[in-house]
Amino acid sequence: MGNMFTALDQIFVNVLHWLVSFVPEPWHPFASALLCISFILMVFPAFFSIITIFERKGIGRIQNRYGPNRVGIPFTKIRLCGFGQFVPDGLKMLTKEDIVPRAADKLVHFLAPVVMLIPVLLAYAVLPFGRNMTMTDYDAGLLFFFAIGGAVELAVFMAGWSSRNKYSLLGAMRAIAQMISYEIPLILSAVTVVMVVGSLKLVDIIAAQNHYAYGIAQWNVFTPWGLLGFMLFFIASLAESNRTPFDLPEAESEIIAGYFTEYSGFKFALFFLGEYLGMFAISGLGITLFLGGWTSPVSFLTWIPSYIWFFTKLITIIFVFIWIRATLPRMRMDQLMNFAWKFMLPLALINILVAGIWHFMAVDWQRWIVCSFLVVFSYVILGRGLMRGQKLGKRNYRYAE
Amino acid sequence: MSPALIITAIVTILAAATVMSLRNLVHCALAMAITFSGIAAIYLQLSAEFVGFAEILVYVGAIAILIVFAILLTRSGESPEKSVLTSGWGAGIVVSVLVFTALGWAVLNSAGLPKAATAAPETTVKNIGEALMGKFILPLEIVGLVLTAAMIGAVIIALKEDPKPDNSGRKS
Repeated sequence: MGNMFTALDQIFVNVLHWLVSFVPEPWHPFASALLCISFILMVFPAFFSIITIFERKGIGRIQNRYGPNRVGIPFTKIRLCGFGQFVPDGLKMLTKEDIVPRAADKLVHFLAPVVMLIPVLLAYAVLPFGRNMTMTDYDAGLLFFFAIGGAVELAVFMAGWSSRNKYSLLGAMRAIAQMISYEIPLILSAVTVVMVVGSLKLVDIIAAQNHYAYGIAQWNVFTPWGLLGFMLFFIASLAESNRTPFDLPEAESEIIAGYFTEYSGFKFALFFLGEYLGMFAISGLGITLFLGGWTSPVSFLTWIPSYIWFFTKLITIIFVFIWIRATLPRMRMDQLMNFAWKFMLPLALINILVAGIWHFMAVDWQRWIVCSFLVVFSYVILGRGLMRGQKLGKRNYRYAE
Repeated sequence: MSPALIITAIVTILAAATVMSLRNLVHCALAMAITFSGIAAIYLQLSAEFVGFAEILVYVGAIAILIVFAILLTRSGESPEKSVLTSGWGAGIVVSVLVFTALGWAVLNSAGLPKAATAAPETTVKNIGEALMGKFILPLEIVGLVLTAAMIGAVIIALKEDPKPDNSGRKS
């Protein structure tokens, strides 16, 4: 029995080794890399297309309407609950006319979606999808992820600037300001994990969480600093992937579609794809850092294959993203900046201190009390500080009474 | 030299040449981002992972964006009418060739340069971290202090001198 589950767990790794064994010996690394790349290129865009339907239907349900429910298999009565919708959506994107503004900077306008997609896809290279399922296990894997993420900002700028459109440029400016501001709490909240684990290698970070006490996993999120770190990471990743309530860069009621206003057809689809793949990648990193990666939450479920755990956690986080999008309104620009610089950044810095205290105090119940107190205390004080001077309450309308 | 290194070097140098020869400043900044990525790729091929990733993080992710913002905020982004080359470009080439020869000659003949290839030292991220936090802690702290001072200076310059402080908490 145990052997079968091990085989099921390692099935993709074994298939990879089996396929690679067909090519001559010196080509092995090349063939292996090629297969891994094609795996990522197949799985995640497919996942993206399913998630778009999931999102449309989910938001529909939350907002008391149906969402797509028609498209199924052609020429039959099978509707698949509308889950075939992504095929016509994709075909529509492919067949639409590609409009480039006359004043646009043609080359930069063309390159922007490509520059957007490449770093996002590269980020998947270091993510562990399952046991022994990491493409390249860099010594500084976490740094690689954040370094690659920095290149996305350049793509956003290229798109916004080259379109020669005020809305595009405004959207790009907003996006870059937001991404740079939220990148700091994002990285600082990840630093706590690096401090406690003592490694930038993502495989080591998961190995450090793969222990069980009383049958429950020892994930980082189950510690005071880990909980705070995960919250900060989650909020910052919402902002990094331009999701509601941080979707000011594409606020359709103010600036049309932000930096990709002037994109149509498949270039628009590439931006869409890049944004979603970025969201999956950053959620995957959050899972790896705080939610134990591919490990199971309870010890009696460890027989379930590791990749199933990873994708279950990924879908759960994406569902929370969708839920937030359907529920919360958009923030204002000054609220966004105040929140990043006056609340999240100090909290992330305090969290580093808490992680240090946690690391050096004896493994005892005392450190739980000290660290929990520090986390709650700083949260309350900073929250009150942020709220001070804000006029909260009933809104006074000047003209519409 | 491996073919990969040669290709990266050619791309980097071509991008660097483009930075100097293009008219539109934003194009120059984007070409500069390619140069930075090329340098990072060269670091990676020399198996200096940490430096390579830091190069991308700092230069492509921050410096290039900073340059682009500076260009956008200071001028309209229109390309200048006249040629990018000044009239004295011939003399410039002569001077730069002379300087390069002198520097190259000095470096190649210096006693500090090891003639035989030494064994590559084991540089892991952990070693770099230990060196930064142990042996080089003082320079690191001084760099941090300098950066903090620069940031405070920037904030003071950007600070509006408002005679009446407004406490509505809605300053943008």
